[in-house]
Parts: sequence; C-alpha cells; structure tokens
Amino acid sequence: MSIRVEHVSKNFGDFPALHDVSVEIPTGALTALLGPSGGGKSTLLRVIAGLERPDSGTVHIEGTDATGLPPQRRGVGFVFQHYAAFKHMTVERNVAFGLSIRHRPKDEIRSRVKELLELVHLEQFAHRYPSQLSGGQRQRMALARALAVEPKVLLLDEPFGALDAQVRKELRAWLRRLHDQVHVTTVFVTHDQEEAMEVADEIVVMADGEVKQVGSPDDLYEHPATEFVMSFLGPVTRISGELVRPHDVEVFDQPHPEARPAIITRVTRLGFEVRVDIEVEGEPAWLQVTRGTAQQFRLEPGEQIYVRPAGARIGVAASSAPSLPSGQVAAEPAAEATSAAPVHP
Amino acid sequence: MTKWTLRSVALLYLLFLLVLPVAIIGWRTFEHGVGPVVDALTTAQSLHAFKVTGIVAGFAVVLNTVFGVAASLLLVRHRFPGRRVLDALIDLPIAVSPVVVGLALILVYGKNTGVGGWLAGQGIQIIFSVPGMVIATVFVALPLVVRAVVPVLEEIGDEQEQAAATLGATGFQRFMRITLPSIRGALAYGVVLALARSLGEYGAVAVVSGRIVGQTQTVTLFVEERFQNFEQTAAYSAATALVVVAVISLILSRFLRPQGGAR
Repeated sequence: MSIRVEHVSKNFGDFPALHDVSVEIPTGALTALLGPSGGGKSTLLRVIAGLERPDSGTVHIEGTDATGLPPQRRGVGFVFQHYAAFKHMTVERNVAFGLSIRHRPKDEIRSRVKELLELVHLEQFAHRYPSQLSGGQRQRMALARALAVEPKVLLLDEPFGALDAQVRKELRAWLRRLHDQVHVTTVFVTHDQEEAMEVADEIVVMADGEVKQVGSPDDLYEHPATEFVMSFLGPVTRISGELVRPHDVEVFDQPHPEARPAIITRVTRLGFEVRVDIEVEGEPAWLQVTRGTAQQFRLEPGEQIYVRPAGARIGVAASSAPSLPSGQVAAEPAAEATSAAPVHP
Repeated sequence: MTKWTLRSVALLYLLFLLVLPVAIIGWRTFEHGVGPVVDALTTAQSLHAFKVTGIVAGFAVVLNTVFGVAASLLLVRHRFPGRRVLDALIDLPIAVSPVVVGLALILVYGKNTGVGGWLAGQGIQIIFSVPGMVIATVFVALPLVVRAVVPVLEEIGDEQEQAAATLGATGFQRFMRITLPSIRGALAYGVVLALARSLGEYGAVAVVSGRIVGQTQTVTLFVEERFQNFEQTAAYSAATALVVVAVISLILSRFLRPQGGAR
C-alpha cells in the first residue's frame, strides 16, 4: 500500500471535517476521492500532503510515518484546483522549480523540463507566463511541475473543477492516458461521479467526514453498500421501498411472480433511451428502458405493466428475495446485469 | 457647468495650497542665482544636517521594511489572539501627532526613566541622539510599508506558497522565491513612501533630537533653525532640496505602484 491513513480526525473549529477516517491507497493506481462538497475529501487529500495537520491519527506514505513531516519532506506532488501557478515565472521556470531548489545541475534540469513539457504538450509555451495560458494549459503546467520532482504520490485536488465542461472532458481522458504512461500512484478529488467512474481504478466514496465505501467503479455501481453510495453513483428510483437502478427493472405485460403492478403515467423518448414514469402502489417511480423494449410492450400512458427489480437494490423489500429470472421473462430492459445477485444490507 | 465649477475649485485649491507656496520657495531660493544656493548648501552645518537626515532615514527605512514585511505576513497569514489589536495599532502613528510620539519616547527612554537610565548605564544614549531619532522616524513611517503590502498578500493568497512547499521548498526558500517576488512592486512602493516620510519628518524628531546644531540637526530642523535666524537663503535652499527629493520619490512611487489587475 502506497498511502495508509489510519484513524484520522480533523476539526475546523467545531466543524468535524474528518471523523476517524482509515483508508489505504494501492500503489500505482489512480484512485478517486469522490463525494459531495463539504464531505471531507479535500481535507483528507491535504492531510496526506501535509498541508493540514490531523487532530489525531497517522499517515504513512510508502511505509514511512509522515504524520509529523512538513509537506516539503513528504515527497508528494500536489495539484491545486486553481493551478497555484507561480505568476512571476515562465512556464519553464515553474516546471523547473522543484529541481532548481534542489540545486540539480543545469543540464539535467533543462533536459528534464523539456521532457516534461513534451509530456504535457506545452513545449512551445516554455517561455510564456502563466497569465498567457488558458486554464487547461495552466493545469497541465501545474501537473508537469508536480511530476518534475518524481513524487512518490501525486495528489490532485479537484484538478478540473475550474475548467469548462469541454476542456474538463478532454483533460480527464488525457489524465487517464498520462497515468498509464507514468504509473505514479495518483489520488484525485472530485465531486463528479462520472469523472470518477471514467478515470479511476478505485473509488473512495466520502461524505460527512467519513469513508462510506471503497471499491472499483464496477464494484461500487453494482454493489453499493448504502443508499447514499447507490444514489450518489448513478440514477436511482424507489419501487416498493427498495432503491434500484431505473435500468435494472424487468418489465412484464402479464402478472408475474414477485412483479408488482404499475400504471404508466408518462413516456419520454430521449433518443436511444426511453424514460417511463410509473406509479407502483400509489408511489411514483421511473424506469429507463431501450426504445426496442418500449415499442415491444407498447408502453403508453395509462397502460398497466408489471415490474420486478433486478441488479443492485437496497432497502426493505415488501417480499422475500426474488428468484432468478425464469423462462417467462418477456424482456430485459437493460443490456446488462439483470441477473446480478441482489444485495441486501 | 458643474464639471467646470468642480475643476476650477480643485485647481484653485491646489494652486493656493500647494503650487504657489512651493513655486515661491523655488523662486526665492534662486532669486540671486545658483551661486548663493550652492554656498548655503555646502556649509559644514548644512552638510552635517543632510548627513544626519540620511543616516536617520536610512536606518528607519531598513527597519520599517523588515518590520513591515514581517507584520504584513503576520496579519495576513496567521490567526492569533490580538491580531485585530495589532492591525489597529499599526495605524496609530497616522492618528497620533508626531509631537506626542516624541514626548512619549522621552518618557520611556529619557535619562531619568527606568529604561533610559539603565541604557545610559550601558553607555547607550537614546534621547537627544541618533537612536532616538531613528525610533521616532520608524514610528511615524510605520504604517506605510504594511498598508502597501497587506492588500497584495491578501490577493495572491497562500496557494503558491503551499505549492512551493509540496515541491520541496523550505520556509526561507518559499519566502525568497515566491512571496518576495510576488509583493516586490507593492513593497517598493511602500518603501519609497516610507523614505519620503522619513526624510520630511519634523515634529517627533524635533522633540527627541534636542535640536543640537552640528549633532542631531536634520535637514528639516536645519530649515526651521536657519529661518528663525533670518538666514533665508540657507532655509529656502534646504527646503527646495527637500522638495526635489520628495518629487523624485513621488515619481518613483508612480512607477512602482502596483497596477490594479495586472498580473
């Protein structure tokens, strides 16, 4: 394990930002700290970097107890949401900063900076100042600057949060490719579940200053431990008290064991996907089905259908666990995972 | 109409309060040509006064620069009990008359007081000597560096310093390579203002110096003393010299003033 955080607590005044957090970050992986704002993920990242001191608990980086070390002795690279570019230095000198304060030979610095600027595609901007760069370019410069000192771990605090949507998507894909090239253990903070799912090997879900669940994107999506994790990671709807994914619901046109009768209230076509609003036992819910399913069942407002949750589900079910889909299954609305084992807390 | 009224009032106001007096001093100085001015400024007493002013202002500016940067960092970067009190105290010299400052210093450092007596026993004389004049000048010019630097420190924030720390920079390296270059313009502006203020200080220095001719007489005291002795050429010449230095400082500060929005 590259980073081991044990029983870390941190309060800001009487606001508990972190409460007894323990988490391990695997070596070489790209890990996302995901959660709503104010959930403690940035504080945890800053505690790992040494920019905040925990009130209690320990941080180990590559087996060394780093709890009492100042940031400059932890061997971490840190990338800030608002770039923290050194405004009075050119791009080249920004990237060279960590090496030049270590008094490395000039030739070595020059070749390393050149290499890094090529890596982040900024070689033609070496002599510009940060104010002459776009947001995305500044963030790439900040990344090169952090990588220059060959950190043991790379920490990114909402690295794409200040960029517009288009640039954010590009940089996200680029970060993934860069990580596959460089392989440095990387932790990044985000409140965007799509970003975390797309980029990360492993996701740590945080909220209310606590770690809610740790796992791979698939793992968390398919087997969420709590209703919070399930609803934070993707769309959810509630059928008979159970929280389910709206695309993990089987639809029948005839009564079926354990399927519940539902009345269609509205059908909205969104290209490939069709959103079907229904009422089950008087409670509103919704389904996400393919256009094919919608046509096959002639899903129209006012029609009666029968629905049975499949896949990940959480909550108090009104009946016992459902059996596996039988041969009578008329359709499988979602492309995958209709027969996934149900998860009960 | 209003526009023209406003402009005329402003111009007349400046004319009678500032331009006219300064112009007349300049005219009276060179009334009899350059020769008498050079003679008046090169007497032993005059040269000594310039030397004393140089020494006092030099020490005061260096001390105020060091203290000003330290106090600014303390005020912006740290939260501690008494911070607001410190913030308010730094502006005190603007509110308090320099004469009061001088009297207060005599009460603390005079020969017949505890602190002054003990220092005198060590062979250090504060009042009626250069150290006291430096302290008085430091006091009156105290807020100028701090008030120039604090807004810039607040604007740049501490993320750049944090970034430098994660890149391996020690506290000293962060200060020298990140903080100081970032506040350079504002600091230079504050220092020039402090220098101008130190060169022109009269009240506090008049009280603590004892006005000993040829020993603790600064240029401002020299102007006053010559004027009282009806040596108007000497008084006007020294006064003009002070004005010239002040104008140069103001022009310098124009160039150094931090530009709003420029990064």
